[in-house]
Amino acid sequence: MGYRRTKRDRVLVVDDDASLAEMLSIVLEAEGLTTKVCRAGDRVLGDFAEFKPDVVLLDLMLPGMDGMAVCRKIREKSAVPIIMLTAKSDTSDVVRGLEVGADDYITKPFKNQELVARVKARLRRTDQLAETLVFGDIVLDPVGHTVTRKGELLDLTPLEFDLLACLLGTPEQVFSRETLLRKVWGYHHPGDTKLVNVHMTRLRSKIEDDAENPEVIKTVRGVGYQAVTPE
Amino acid sequence: MKSLAGFWRRSIQARVVTSTILLSAMVIALTGWALLQDVADGLADGRRQVAVAEARSGFELAQQQLDVAVESDVSAQSQALTEMIDTLTGSGGAFRSHQLVLEGPLVEGSTQIPVRSSAAIAPGSLPTSLSDKVTSQRGMYWSYSSLGLLSEQDRKSGIVVGSQLQVPSNGDTYALYYLFSMEDQQHTLDLVRNALALGGLAMVLMVGGVAWLVSRQVINPVRLARRIAERYAAGNLEQRMHVSGEDDIARLSTGFNQMAASMQRQIRRLENLSRLQQRFVSDVSHELRTPLTTVRMASEVLHANRAAFDPHTRRSAELLQAELDRFEELLSDLLEISKLDAGAVQLDLDTVDLVNVARRAITDPAVERSEAELVIVNRDGPAFVQADVRRIDRIVRNLVGNAIKYSGSKRIEVYVAHNSDCASLAVRDFGIGLGKDETSLVFNRFWRADPARAQGGTGLGLAIAREDAELHGGTLRAYAVKGEGTQFLLTLPLAPGDSVNRPAVMPGVEVTV
Repeated sequence: MGYRRTKRDRVLVVDDDASLAEMLSIVLEAEGLTTKVCRAGDRVLGDFAEFKPDVVLLDLMLPGMDGMAVCRKIREKSAVPIIMLTAKSDTSDVVRGLEVGADDYITKPFKNQELVARVKARLRRTDQLAETLVFGDIVLDPVGHTVTRKGELLDLTPLEFDLLACLLGTPEQVFSRETLLRKVWGYHHPGDTKLVNVHMTRLRSKIEDDAENPEVIKTVRGVGYQAVTPE
Repeated sequence: MKSLAGFWRRSIQARVVTSTILLSAMVIALTGWALLQDVADGLADGRRQVAVAEARSGFELAQQQLDVAVESDVSAQSQALTEMIDTLTGSGGAFRSHQLVLEGPLVEGSTQIPVRSSAAIAPGSLPTSLSDKVTSQRGMYWSYSSLGLLSEQDRKSGIVVGSQLQVPSNGDTYALYYLFSMEDQQHTLDLVRNALALGGLAMVLMVGGVAWLVSRQVINPVRLARRIAERYAAGNLEQRMHVSGEDDIARLSTGFNQMAASMQRQIRRLENLSRLQQRFVSDVSHELRTPLTTVRMASEVLHANRAAFDPHTRRSAELLQAELDRFEELLSDLLEISKLDAGAVQLDLDTVDLVNVARRAITDPAVERSEAELVIVNRDGPAFVQADVRRIDRIVRNLVGNAIKYSGSKRIEVYVAHNSDCASLAVRDFGIGLGKDETSLVFNRFWRADPARAQGGTGLGLAIAREDAELHGGTLRAYAVKGEGTQFLLTLPLAPGDSVNRPAVMPGVEVTV
């Protein structure tokens, strides 16, 4: 897995705390990324349009417009990966953030290494697939990052694409939530498996006929998920 | 029969009605008996007075006849006596309400005394106590007796009045007895008794009915109160009792309503407090975490570049980094405890396999760096429970981490087993163990086995672990023997709130599965 970059990747840091925003910039720029800091919720959309970031780091608590609303607005316009910064790890805020379109979240305080890993995981494009993958009526094109089902183009976010590619890449293998967190989200430490559940639900709603009774990706009780080869 | 006994136990009304009926029956029977006795006495008394008066005139008549008819001839005398009895009997009236018996002449010491009577009187009709008195002394005596005729089977109560008669001519003595029947009185008495019995029975039934009505009046509000109290107990405090009037029932209802209102107020107050505390915790969390994050990131940048620093600065950067870890851990533990205390925790339930939990705990990088040998002992396969996986992971990581850090054991065994109502996970070490009283202290906040606190840690881990276990309706217990090791036993019901009979792993330090 390498990085294919034609330019330095750009990270938009949205945080009202000046010191933290600056520190985030320092750490990310040390990793060779370009950053821009936005400190008010109501300016995010303008900065977003102008800066065209590859990843957005978004604090959930912002003056002006709250993080949830910002996240929803960005998601309406773009599939850009969004990582939420939150001080709360187990509240419904996280789930709500994920439901309005965030790909991942980091709980404060975090380790630099963890932050960088997550950001890079979102920048990294899945290219372990050398060629187009055909799985039943689903077709994954790794070059164009597109997925079609029965010939129809599916509107997947990059994260959902990665998740699907990971599972379909080795059909029948059961991936635990922890494995998926490591492979798709770039977690180094055991993380929140809720993250996987939320995104799996959304992915299923896009690729399955009936998301309640999935046929492409099945849940293996107490273990994880598995792509089932169509008959 | 069983249901009847159950009804008896449950129904106050049945008991009230039954005891009222029993008690009133007793009272009525007692009064009835006394009344009957009184009536009987009155009747007997009246009859006696009439009988004595009648007998007296009879005796006088007889004596007069005897005084006049002086016959020396024995057979003529006997004839005269028989005639006298007939006369006397005839003068008793058309109803023949009495019979006569004449004994005599009385001879001292003789057992064969001639007897004449107006009818065939059954033996024993004359009480011996009376005839003794009459034969030995002069005067008139009476006694109650049961009279019978030879022609009739049953005997009837009656009065016998007796007196001596003297024959002046030859000095013979006779005993004359009047036997009065009390059949009429007995008949009256029977009527009264029947009336009393019927009336008493009717009265008992009516009292029972009244008791049923009255008790229903009292019981109905009590039953209503019970139903409402049950609803309160189930947490539904919105219900109110209907209040009408100013009696005790109305006051009971008012009291109930006030109780519910005050409970609601109290609960609302506590909810507010809890909400405030939650809010505070969340604010502290956010306010502290943001600067802490900046400090931590800066510290990491310094730490990463420490090789370029002079020795003092380098050591400072290292200390900063290490203590930040502790600070962070302490902060998050404190926030967790505070959330648990506020009751602000909601379980995020999922199907969790305790074997997987154990595997994750022993493959944690921090654990793998230690020298201890970690083994999972699992005979019966996956142990699924409905639980909050994040909390269960945290409990087990904490137990394994403690065993590595504090026990000094080279080998740590993690047992996982399940039975029909629970799954258990035990972490067993073979290290220094704990003193007897220490096993109860380990779950106390900030308690440490090592007073010097050389091993770091927050001292809150086990307290949180136990709270987490209890949130699931499970238990976390410690068993230890000084010098032999410690076992921490986590037992979780298959789903929170289910009951657990016994853990799936043997409690105690001698664990063999």
